Amino acid sequence: MTGYLKIENVCKIYTRGAVTTVVLEDICLRVEKGEFVSIIGHSGCGKSTLLNIVAGLTSATSGGVILEEREVNSPGPDRAVVFQNHSLLPWLSAYENVRLAVDKVFGGTMSRAERHEWTTHNLELVQMTHAAEKRPGEISGGMKQRVGIARALAMRPKVLLLDEPFGALDALTRAHLQDQVMALHESLGNTVMMITHDVDEAVLLSDRIVMMTNGPNATIGEALEVGLARPRRRVALAADATYLERRQRVLQFLYERNRYVDAA
Amino acid sequence: MTMPVTSNERSAGLYDEQLEEAFRRRPTPLLIKHKARIKAFFAAVVPLLLSLGLILLVWQLLCIKPTSALPSPSRIWSEANELILHPFYESGSQDIGLGWRVLTSLKRVAVGFGFASIAGILLGAFVGQSQWATRGLDPIFQVLRTVPPLAWLPISLAAFRDSQPSAIFVIFITSIWPIIINTAVGIRNIPQDYRNVAAVLQLNPLEFFWKIMIPSAAPYIFTGLRIGIGLSWLAIVAAEMLTGGVGIGFFIWDAWNSSRLPDIFVALAYIGITGFVLDRVVATIGTLATRGVQSN
Repeated sequence: MTGYLKIENVCKIYTRGAVTTVVLEDICLRVEKGEFVSIIGHSGCGKSTLLNIVAGLTSATSGGVILEEREVNSPGPDRAVVFQNHSLLPWLSAYENVRLAVDKVFGGTMSRAERHEWTTHNLELVQMTHAAEKRPGEISGGMKQRVGIARALAMRPKVLLLDEPFGALDALTRAHLQDQVMALHESLGNTVMMITHDVDEAVLLSDRIVMMTNGPNATIGEALEVGLARPRRRVALAADATYLERRQRVLQFLYERNRYVDAA
Repeated sequence: MTMPVTSNERSAGLYDEQLEEAFRRRPTPLLIKHKARIKAFFAAVVPLLLSLGLILLVWQLLCIKPTSALPSPSRIWSEANELILHPFYESGSQDIGLGWRVLTSLKRVAVGFGFASIAGILLGAFVGQSQWATRGLDPIFQVLRTVPPLAWLPISLAAFRDSQPSAIFVIFITSIWPIIINTAVGIRNIPQDYRNVAAVLQLNPLEFFWKIMIPSAAPYIFTGLRIGIGLSWLAIVAAEMLTGGVGIGFFIWDAWNSSRLPDIFVALAYIGITGFVLDRVVATIGTLATRGVQSN
């Protein structure tokens, strides 16, 4: 195992006055190229902090992140993030939101026509061509998240970071988007790291599920190879023995060995 | 009803069809077509006209005595209707209509307010972006903001030694504070999400300024600009009273010195209406420019 994306001994300590809180303790994780890894844990366990460290939006107190043999410690388009609340710029249309990313990342290497082509192509991937000229305020939550995915994909990232991408959506829209993300991962072969607190989502989408213990001092408790053949069909899987067994193991980890303790 | 004359050979059925078609296409009378709009117009205008009439009536009654200190509306009309009816007359360099005077003053406001907008937005962006600058400069701005326009005039006259730039400087210094303060608040309120997006895209500071800061803070900036244009219009009248020239402010001072009270009332109406229009213009530009920003 060489590891395409390596998270090595990452610790995150917050100090506020005399109080120091260890949020993440000694996190080590290796993600292979093309692998879909989910990180699951109760809220407050620091999984979003971990994603932000990989994205470069937060710095680790110690340890580091290595992507393709190079250390990364500042944000960049090679680790595109799909944010939980879509984070589209509301004054730009869907097309312009994606185009801003395309112009920034490929401004030097693609001609104007190519960039237009590439923007449109990525909107097509998430089936948003029909609403390309709409502003975020004029489209539904699911559509916004699709544009957010298109924007991230358009950066042609080495790693795609999904921060609870479907958390704010209703169940049906969520299922629909999960299928789309699965199809995209199938066809594009992206390396994906996804934060989630939804057990079914984790088992359905990922190759490997990384389970985090409760914070403070959160760390990786267990990693589980899902090992289900792709393409996966959610309806067929609902009765699949392996699927149910994997689901059971994640549930056991989350609700028996690491029961959520309300700190407040 | 204008219809092509149909030949007698045509069957009755076809004829009827054409007649029906023509009837359907007949122009709707304008009054019916715009009925809703006409109604809305009257609903908005009638109360305004009524209250205006009432105010004029009370004023007329209060000042009806020939010995009263202030002129009544009817006296203003009989003595100054020239100013109301011919805003753009010209007979000599100093004897011009009030429309021209307002335009002269507006030109000064445009220059002073233009500089104030640019400087105010840049300074506001700087102050909003840096916590150190906020702590250092914000209290100073809050104090300077309360200095009345006319208090700046002596300093400005001493510095520029000329009335023209002084008047413009007074406008500048009066209107810049709300622009700075509101822009800074807008910049401070840029959601972390947008900053994250900018960070992932590696926008440089200039791109960040144009693509994130300005659009995101635009609603705040326009609030500042709207307060600013109101203040600058207040300042111009005061400044011109002292600096002279052909502006509307000096006209009032001049009318006072030559005891033409009715003229002053007419000038006041011009100033008020212009200020109102300026405010609406900036507000409209703001609504157009910030479409979508709030609907997140």
